[in-house]
Amino acid sequence: MSPTSARPGFLTRERIVAPPGWTRWLVPPAALSIHLAIGQVYAWSAFKGALEKGLDISGVLSALPFTLGIVMLGISAAVFGTKVDTNGPRWAMAVSSACFVTGFLVSALGIWLGQYWLVILGYGGIGGIGLGIGYISPVSTLIKWFPDRPGLSTGIAIMGFGGGALIASPWTASMLSAFGATGNDPDPNGIALAFLVHGVVYAVFMTMGWLLIRVPADGWKPAGWDPAKQKARSMVSAASVSAANAIKTPQFWLLWIVLCFNVTAGIGILERANPIYQDFFRDASPAQTLTAAATAFVSILSLANMLGRFVWSSLSDVVGRKNIYRMYLGVGALLYLALTLVGEGNKAVFLICSMLILSFYGAGFATIPAYLRDLFGTYQVGAIHGRLLTAWSTAGVLGPIIVNAIADARADVAGPSKYTPAFLIMIVLLVLGFIANELVRPVAEKWHEPERAPKDEEARA
Amino acid sequence: MSTRTEDRTGRPPVALVVLAWVWVAAPFLYGLIALLLKIPALFAG
Repeated sequence: MSPTSARPGFLTRERIVAPPGWTRWLVPPAALSIHLAIGQVYAWSAFKGALEKGLDISGVLSALPFTLGIVMLGISAAVFGTKVDTNGPRWAMAVSSACFVTGFLVSALGIWLGQYWLVILGYGGIGGIGLGIGYISPVSTLIKWFPDRPGLSTGIAIMGFGGGALIASPWTASMLSAFGATGNDPDPNGIALAFLVHGVVYAVFMTMGWLLIRVPADGWKPAGWDPAKQKARSMVSAASVSAANAIKTPQFWLLWIVLCFNVTAGIGILERANPIYQDFFRDASPAQTLTAAATAFVSILSLANMLGRFVWSSLSDVVGRKNIYRMYLGVGALLYLALTLVGEGNKAVFLICSMLILSFYGAGFATIPAYLRDLFGTYQVGAIHGRLLTAWSTAGVLGPIIVNAIADARADVAGPSKYTPAFLIMIVLLVLGFIANELVRPVAEKWHEPERAPKDEEARA
Repeated sequence: MSTRTEDRTGRPPVALVVLAWVWVAAPFLYGLIALLLKIPALFAG
């Protein structure tokens, strides 16, 4: 670009190239302000009761905005992934914020007008696009800022996605209560107002993210970091692979299997955590205490899920990505086995196994972008990550189907043995994932981009 | 304007870094405390 040309647009990549001296520790909070917001999607159930009673709709219908949102997350991440990499993170985060917030506002309008289809379209459709773009947009930027600790950086951001539900769950419940939208006859206007307030607050909260985000200048690297050392001790590649080529490699599809089966195995517990706890300890406590304990069990799993994203993903920077997935999948299979054999009546074993399984589930999400970066480079890692998230969508369907179908078929079986077949299937899936991870090798040179391609691409953008 | 100063010197003010972390940490802590309060029920009875 010539010195006399116009200043680049506010949302463009050129406008947010960090000047010398900029601190990279401003990037994680910028990423978190997006992920903590869009993670709200996992707290959708906080709205369900109010919607069902206030609008007189079925449970299936009240779940539809959430289901559509998750489907749109996968689709938009896959479809817009390349555009996210090309246009840069500020554009992507601003678009994500606009879509996510618009979803709430359209939903509020829909409830006011008594048009539930607007909630499905708004939250699920428009908001879902915001989820997909928002999920992948800060990740590739963080990887570029933290080439020395990619696992830690993606762990922080993706832990934020888990933390989003943690914040939204009590917040939404308090707001619905304050607006008279709880109980057996919730006020629809109160529900609409809650959606409106969510939209406004998230708009303000997410603004910090796209205002603060910066990309490192060409050639920038952390002080004291030597890329040559890292390459020498692991599968880390210095080459770049485009998103279009990445999906032609066996490595992409092996990681797809790894992610899909790891997520499916986590959902095996997550999906029915409350009834699983009650079936395992039905004789140990009075009914009322058991119900409260089962609710607490769900909470402790959320905590394990969130912490696993940060702790294990950060550890992957030390032990390597392949080794950490060996742990998620191999140890995960053993934990399921321990749960099946000795979990009944032994609360300590049950809790430790369940928490570790859920921590591996969360960590599987958090570590995968760093694994992709190791194999395919940073060139279009956001777009590749977006395409890989179709494994999540698949697992989101597969996991609940397996667990619920088996539990329904064994409804007459009492106690933990109700879940034995489902847990055994999870063990098989984890072993298959383990084998897929073992087959991962560095990407063949024929898929590498020419040496100067990344800079050329950025210059074009 | 502060943004211009920041662009010229390159180094963002420490207050901005602190504010950015507080911005995300405060709601996170709220959610975390709400969750931790539920856990004692797991060990009751």
